[in-house]
Amino acid sequence: MKALSQKRRHPLAAIALLLMGLLVTGGLYAVATTVNQAKADTTSFNASDVGEGGKLFAANCATCHGMGASGSQAGPSLVGVGAAAVDFQVGTGRMPMQMNGPQAYKKPAQFNETQTKQLAAYVASLGPGPSIPEEGLLDEKGNAAAGGELFRTNCAMCHNAAAAGGALTRGKFAPALADVSGKHIYEAMVTGPQNMPVFNDANVSPEGKRDIITFLKQIEANGSPGGADLGALGPTSEGLFVWIAGLGVIIAFTIWLTSRTS
Amino acid sequence: MSAPSTAEAPAFVAKTKGGSITDFVDQRVGGSGILREFGRKVFPDHWSFMFGEVALYSFVILLMSGTFLTFFFDPSMVETHYAGSYTPLKNVEMSAAFNSSLNISFDVRGGLFMRQVHHWAALLFVASIGVHMLRVFFTGAFRKPREMNWVVGGVLLILAMAEGFTGYSLPDDLLSGNGLRIIDGVIKAIPVIGTYISFFLFGGEFPGTAIIGRLYMLHILLVPALILLMIVLHLFMVVVHKHTQYPGPGRNDGNVVGYPLGPVYAAKAGGFFFIVFGVIALMAGFFTINPIWNYGPYDPSPVSAGTQPDWYIGFVDGALRLMPGVIGNFHFEYVIFGHVLTLNVLLPALVPAGIIFTVLFTYPWIERWITKDNREHHVLDRPRNAPTRTAIGVAGFTWYCVMWAAASSDLIATNFHVSLNDVTYWLRALFFIGPVIAFFVTKRVALALQRKDREIALHGRETGRIVRLPHGEFIEVHAPLSEYKRYKLVGFESPAPLPAVPNEHGIVDRKEKRRAMLSRLFFEDRVAPATPAELEAAHGHHEAIESAEAQKTLSH
Repeated sequence: MKALSQKRRHPLAAIALLLMGLLVTGGLYAVATTVNQAKADTTSFNASDVGEGGKLFAANCATCHGMGASGSQAGPSLVGVGAAAVDFQVGTGRMPMQMNGPQAYKKPAQFNETQTKQLAAYVASLGPGPSIPEEGLLDEKGNAAAGGELFRTNCAMCHNAAAAGGALTRGKFAPALADVSGKHIYEAMVTGPQNMPVFNDANVSPEGKRDIITFLKQIEANGSPGGADLGALGPTSEGLFVWIAGLGVIIAFTIWLTSRTS
Repeated sequence: MSAPSTAEAPAFVAKTKGGSITDFVDQRVGGSGILREFGRKVFPDHWSFMFGEVALYSFVILLMSGTFLTFFFDPSMVETHYAGSYTPLKNVEMSAAFNSSLNISFDVRGGLFMRQVHHWAALLFVASIGVHMLRVFFTGAFRKPREMNWVVGGVLLILAMAEGFTGYSLPDDLLSGNGLRIIDGVIKAIPVIGTYISFFLFGGEFPGTAIIGRLYMLHILLVPALILLMIVLHLFMVVVHKHTQYPGPGRNDGNVVGYPLGPVYAAKAGGFFFIVFGVIALMAGFFTINPIWNYGPYDPSPVSAGTQPDWYIGFVDGALRLMPGVIGNFHFEYVIFGHVLTLNVLLPALVPAGIIFTVLFTYPWIERWITKDNREHHVLDRPRNAPTRTAIGVAGFTWYCVMWAAASSDLIATNFHVSLNDVTYWLRALFFIGPVIAFFVTKRVALALQRKDREIALHGRETGRIVRLPHGEFIEVHAPLSEYKRYKLVGFESPAPLPAVPNEHGIVDRKEKRRAMLSRLFFEDRVAPATPAELEAAHGHHEAIESAEAQKTLSH
């Protein structure tokens, strides 16, 4: 201690202090950010996956995303988007994109599972990013009620409380979530595809994401206890139904009841 | 009545036990007299006359299903944790009101069905009132002596909307809570007193813990009582005025042609109640409405996509959605003496609804002033025979529909894959242009239909049979109409513009000039019904053709 206090007026002390401060801040930041960062997933991919993925990428994706996925004017760089982003975009058919527009539409996937995995391996090898979630988070055995609360607070304003989808500005939209696999829901949350914000692990914990998936799968399986759900679009479809079907049938009856006289 | 009648009068002696009970009651309350009077009351038969009945029957169904719901509903905002059988909400914190609504839906036998009956009946109630009013407007049934009954009907519409909105808010779910928040915002936008009204209504800051109980009292006590009172007034006036009828042979302003109430009409009306009940029950059984379990308990922070009010409040929500926050650099918010004046909420929330209801309530008097028509009308107008009135009605309805559609702008955007912004821009344009286009198109269509009627009255129906005359000319044979059918096409009033008339001082004042101008606007374009002389002339023309045809047959 004495040595330290003696050297505190040394010409290099200020620099040493600055270095120390920077190291602590940087270290803390690194720790904090790794909470949000899925581990670079290299274990499940082998070198041949990466190699094959690179070839597929050059043939199918590089036109827009550039050779080496460094991006071009037509598409963003994919360095650091992670395997989860590739698995979501390619696995749901959104990529390769059908056409330029406000948003990529879901369509039948263009690559099979192996090819998707190889593409994911290639993109993941370019830089660390969110990885494909583990099976344990997708078992749909979380707390549905807690998931429902998270969903209503974080997701319902775009995707609708019953996950029926909703409109965003200028032709963009939040899609309906029925028939979307738990894996793709999870990947969407961690990567924020299209116009969706990223819900990282500090925002919604992996267990919370598991709860949300459980909730969505449970309301999908429950169906509509009250009869046909009319698209789960709320009062608009109910109003249309009562005006067209309800009043329509009643008008038919009134015509029948009064048809005997002229 | 001088002699005691007990012994001499040929007293009626009932032969059966039931007969003697009936006679006993009749001698004390005089039911047979009432029945004789009402049973002979004549009602004209037309399908469009039955929407008022649909509204009445929906209201009866609402009373019955609503009573069932009160047995199980707890109008309290006490916090509780859900312990019922719907697992996606297990243990979620919620109000007792939402908890009991969920219990009605999932744990009370028949509860969900009754909830859905109540809600579908409510939608049908307001819809049938709306269609009934459109029928009354477009046929001119609001004219003397029925102006006051038209106003009572308008009050009923407002009460029905109030009843609907208070009921919609009761389950305390996320969707209705969002709606309540919008109402709270509109109230707070009222200058100076807005915040005080809001605090009074909610018993403090929104949402508070009082609003559900208060809305419940309004919903099950005050508003239904007022609706009942208005229905009694409405039906009383129908009996006093007698029912209107469509024009036809033998029908005039001095008679009513139709069926007596008893037994035919009473049986039909009674049966129709069960038809309406059946339609509502089928809808409730097969189609879900207001799935509150999807929306979850109310919490002021989340707002779901696709949040709309029930259809009858939709036009107000639509107007709010159409209102721009700023136009270029022009703002709609001002701070005056420390009070914020929020015109971008106040204008769309109150002005369109204010205009619609003001015109609706005053229209009978406006038309009466313009036409100076002080006669009683019991024969209805066919909408085409009052082109300007019909055009005004369609313009108003178009305006309403634009706002109505705007309440679903997000669903229009997602379902038709168009930009939400474009939908809003188009609807904003239509908000101003739509009624104008609708007015002119409707007026022209009505006049064209009148011309068609005149043509048919004069020259008969086109048969599609083409005949070649001996000199080579081709003509189409027109079949003459029967007297009865022709009456419908010629037997209507076609008022001409009334020029300005000087008052008792010999002066044409400004008000009278304005009236004359409006009268010209109303009746300038008119197609007069065919006169007897014209019909006679046309008839002669047809006989000429027929003889020419006969000649042709001979020449073969």
